[in-house]
Amino acid sequence: MSLLQQTLAVLRKDLLLDWRAQGRTTAVLLFGLTTLLLFSFAAGGRGSSGRDLAGGFLWLALLLASTLALAESFRVEVEDEALEGLVLLPVRPAALYFGKALGNTGFLLAMSAVLAPVTIGLFGATVRGSYLQLIAFLVLGIAGLAGPGTLHAAITARARGRDVLLPLLLFPLIVPVLVAAVSGTTLVLQGDPMGRATTWLAVLAIFDGLYWSACGLLFGKVVDA
Amino acid sequence: MSAAYLSLLGVLIPLLALAGLGLLASKFKAWGSRQEAALLAIALLCLVTGLTAGLFATPPETKMREVMRILYVHVPTAWNALVFATVALIAAIGSLSNKRRSWDATNTAAIEVGLVFVVMLLIQGSIWGKATWDSFWEWDPRLTTTAIMGVSFAGVLSLRSFADGGDRKRVWTAVASIIAYIDVPIVYFVVDLAPGIHQERSSPGTVSDEFHWPLRAVAFGLLFLGSWLVLKRGRLELLTTEAEAEAPAADGPALVAGGE
Repeated sequence: MSLLQQTLAVLRKDLLLDWRAQGRTTAVLLFGLTTLLLFSFAAGGRGSSGRDLAGGFLWLALLLASTLALAESFRVEVEDEALEGLVLLPVRPAALYFGKALGNTGFLLAMSAVLAPVTIGLFGATVRGSYLQLIAFLVLGIAGLAGPGTLHAAITARARGRDVLLPLLLFPLIVPVLVAAVSGTTLVLQGDPMGRATTWLAVLAIFDGLYWSACGLLFGKVVDA
Repeated sequence: MSAAYLSLLGVLIPLLALAGLGLLASKFKAWGSRQEAALLAIALLCLVTGLTAGLFATPPETKMREVMRILYVHVPTAWNALVFATVALIAAIGSLSNKRRSWDATNTAAIEVGLVFVVMLLIQGSIWGKATWDSFWEWDPRLTTTAIMGVSFAGVLSLRSFADGGDRKRVWTAVASIIAYIDVPIVYFVVDLAPGIHQERSSPGTVSDEFHWPLRAVAFGLLFLGSWLVLKRGRLELLTTEAEAEAPAADGPALVAGGE
């Protein structure tokens, strides 16, 4: 089996697990929605400040929900030593990583499909730029969270104090991704007369490439240890 | 521009070579206490000469006057923070590829010393910022990325403290160090990519000739001092991991039957 076939097999397994454990999906989604509500209370709801910050709130809600989703995606593997079984299969570790990272990206994209319209509605924002660009920012930004997040979740799932460790390791790492995603999304929402959004898309693409290739290389070492 | 880059490479490459040769090739146990004492003595000599020259022998700067003298500790601290982060990266790659405990010890010690330098850097920067910008902290890209670098090094160390078992400790520290290193080139190049309130990178091309040699002396002083700390800390870490590996399994019976 080629790397691609192996990756797709792991991805299929993960998506199937997500599908069968819908309670988990709902819980993470509700958590994301709750954080959005909290942001709107903290920022005073509708009004110019809420509109200006809508892009930032969306990404913070996604980031906070992602730590739960990522930790959860490896908790199910560590439980009953499922990960040991996966490693014993004749599958390349990189395929395991890419499959799981794609699965997490897909899961978070599904979250964002609900959270993004809710954010726009809650804070009275409008999409002045193109929807295609908004989708591109969501895909690339979420890939930037899920890429390093999958590797660190694989590490912290087997450490003591994992609930503290994952955000501690992940948050500083994804700051460049967060800055690019928030700036780009805000441009799409508020209009982009200078055409700066494409630069932020390029920044996201560069970081995605960096993180996904570095983490793909290192993942084998992590699951072997 | 290119001249500035070349002269900067002229500083960085010898620094890296020294740090690399001195530390990475070292087997910690091969260093005698006399050699270590000599390293510390050279470090202190460099620091005392460099700082004395910086404080008393060199002229003040035209705009910032005497306040600028903090440059002589701030810039070398920044250089060395990046150097020790790079030492940690090289040791992490070594530790992943050949599993020697001394690479792991170097990796951990270099991350720790790097973190100390980053914290020193932020404190010095705050003092300088208060004097020239009238605020301890600005959300400038250089400052922000440096703070992120410090937090990610601290993350690596706390991950290490939460790992059970020698091999996990080694692998996780190395992997987290490599991933955390992605921020280091950003810290270095951010002044070109996203210029903010922080001044441009200091190098022989951007700093008056009179300021060069105290800067170099302090830079080498901090390099030797940091190397000495890495040696001490690395040996301690090596002994700790060896002792943990040799200790009897904790879940076995405490009193074993047998004997005479």
